[in-house]
Amino acid sequence: MNELARVAFALSIWPGMLGATALGLLYLWVARKLTARLQGRRGPPFYQPLFDLVKLLGKRTVVPRDANRGLFYALPVVAVAATALGLVVVPVPGNPVPSFPGDVVLLLFLLEVPVFCDVLAGYVTQSIYGQVSAMREGVLMLGYNVPFLGAVVAMAQHAGSFSLSELHGAPWGAVCAFAAIAFLLAIPARLKSNPFSIPNAEQEIVAGAHIEYNGAPLALFELSHALEVVLLVNLFMVLFVPSVGDPATDALLYLASSIALVCAVTAIAALTARMTVVRAFRFYWVWGGIAAVASMAAAVVS
Amino acid sequence: MNPLAWLLNLSRRKSPWIYCTSAGSCNGCDIEVGPCMSPRYDAEQLGVLRQGSPKHADILLITGPVTRRSRDALLAVYAQMPGPKAVVALGSCPASGNVYARSPAVDGPVSKYIPVDVWVPGCPPRPQQILAGVAQAAQLLARGLTADQKREAAS
Repeated sequence: MNELARVAFALSIWPGMLGATALGLLYLWVARKLTARLQGRRGPPFYQPLFDLVKLLGKRTVVPRDANRGLFYALPVVAVAATALGLVVVPVPGNPVPSFPGDVVLLLFLLEVPVFCDVLAGYVTQSIYGQVSAMREGVLMLGYNVPFLGAVVAMAQHAGSFSLSELHGAPWGAVCAFAAIAFLLAIPARLKSNPFSIPNAEQEIVAGAHIEYNGAPLALFELSHALEVVLLVNLFMVLFVPSVGDPATDALLYLASSIALVCAVTAIAALTARMTVVRAFRFYWVWGGIAAVASMAAAVVS
Repeated sequence: MNPLAWLLNLSRRKSPWIYCTSAGSCNGCDIEVGPCMSPRYDAEQLGVLRQGSPKHADILLITGPVTRRSRDALLAVYAQMPGPKAVVALGSCPASGNVYARSPAVDGPVSKYIPVDVWVPGCPPRPQQILAGVAQAAQLLARGLTADQKREAAS
């Protein structure tokens, strides 16, 4: 298989669009079902996220009069494309694209693109609720990136490389525990789930940055969220779950750790109430900062 | 039948997102919509999600007799919903004005302004009846039989 065919396969089938969409929809269902069970409800059947997505794709689209039409349609496409590219970079089991030096930096950039698309989406639709949501998302981004970047940089320092496959193969050490804590602190805010569902706060600011979005563009934003979940889970797996060597065991370990992570985030979301943006920001700069400094210190010492 | 069209129609039946708006109701029907999402009735099993923005919704639930003050807001909400969409009139008020009939402030019935697909009578209707109405509206959406879809097909 030549280089181009390999990249095309990775982008379209696995770990790109097709596989990640299936996994992402599965994770979304797991989250909804677990939330429902914790609330004493039965919850939706497992195909529910797929039907939601298809239905949204089949609706007509209403564009607000004051919005820039080009930007309105482009933002969700860019968000999906950036997340799909990010999926190709991460060396999960079965990824045919080899890791290259510096791909950590590329991945960190691609992870921010959907967030920027959300912020712009809030402003471009001219809705006051969207603008509030965009402002909150921007502030929160400055908070959760403290432990998130701290964890990734500490692991890179520990592995002595900015290549994801080197990070995956790095030996176990105290730094892994500290970095994992810092990474996990940032995950709920990255996924905009409780107690950090501040930018998309339902009931409070109606529907967040996507309030004016509908039809196919909204479906693409939902899809990019599903892919983002997969991307973060993949990154967690690469950074903190060591490879056993046997491909079948690796794949099983990958699936088990991702479901466990999704369930943990969902359980926290179901058990907590939403914070104010000020408290969340302080939380990330104090506790996230402590976790980041501890993992960096452990990486430098060891 | 085209498999893509089949999947789309199935999705429309399985994923009806609702938006509830009051056209001057006494709040009785609106209160009955809340329990539909509670553990006892759990409408999420049918794929129903309550949306905060009419632009995300497929089914519009209207309560109240349509007062003069609420009419323009109701029409704006209806116009903002992207098609295909269905309309469910909750309670007796949208149909007949109920106890508010012949009041000078009431400008109903709702069918004067908006084509209604499903009527759910009652003062207020029980959550089971509301869910049955929503499920029926979702069936109509899947079969292309709502007033909005018929008008779209005719034009």
